[in-house]
Amino acid sequence: MKLVEVVKTLDATLLYGNDTEMDIVSACGSDLMSDVMAYVKENVLLLTGLVSPQVIRTAEMMDIRAVVFVRGKTPGENVMELAREKEIAVMTTDNPMFIACGKLYNAGLTGKGVW
Amino acid sequence: MGDNLMKLHYDIPAYDLTYAGEASSNVKKLLVQLGIDPVRVKKAAIAMYEAEINAVIHGNGGAADVEISSGRIVICISDKGPGIADLELAMQEGWSTASDEIREMGFGAGMGLPNMKRYADRLDIDTEVGKGTRVTITVNF
Repeated sequence: MKLVEVVKTLDATLLYGNDTEMDIVSACGSDLMSDVMAYVKENVLLLTGLVSPQVIRTAEMMDIRAVVFVRGKTPGENVMELAREKEIAVMTTDNPMFIACGKLYNAGLTGKGVW
Repeated sequence: MGDNLMKLHYDIPAYDLTYAGEASSNVKKLLVQLGIDPVRVKKAAIAMYEAEINAVIHGNGGAADVEISSGRIVICISDKGPGIADLELAMQEGWSTASDEIREMGFGAGMGLPNMKRYADRLDIDTEVGKGTRVTITVNF
């Protein structure tokens, strides 16, 4: 799935990101960053309700190139600044976590991590 | 790079989650520049980041000393925090002593040490209650 399709599926607003054609093959939904780091896969989309610079740090360490903030969370400038520096796409959606994950799964994003 | 040893030192500030991860970010960038295999880079970056976060949230800050040679990276993170009373328990996934405040920041899932063990080729933990903790993470290239 292309990033542009993620945006469309979630009715999301793209706050930062130039490469809307990037391929997303799996997704991880979590508010706990260490749980995200237990999960190794390439081309991952991270969905989270946590708004903190550590979300971007975690994405950076994991080579995650796109993050969706769910439940209408809007990241602050400290988060956005780090995202621009690390070139990590950032979106926000009003959908709650469960619904956001469900919509993406339904739309064909079914890849999961390695546990 | 030959067998030249590269040594780096970073101070890790206490309780400052805005900058937590700076040291790991710098090391990751450097490993990428050195042309290290991306899988190895990711392992080292995640293990170091978890250790750095632990030093910030549990250890009252500390320091990171990193040695990179052609064959491996050795990351030593030390703090002067409370130490770990029961290391066996701390190594179990999901077990955590983190406060609600730390959990609100997205950490304290009880996955820090298990993640370090998962990604490091070798993990040494030296801890003493009341004195502090030193974790040494080795990732082979």
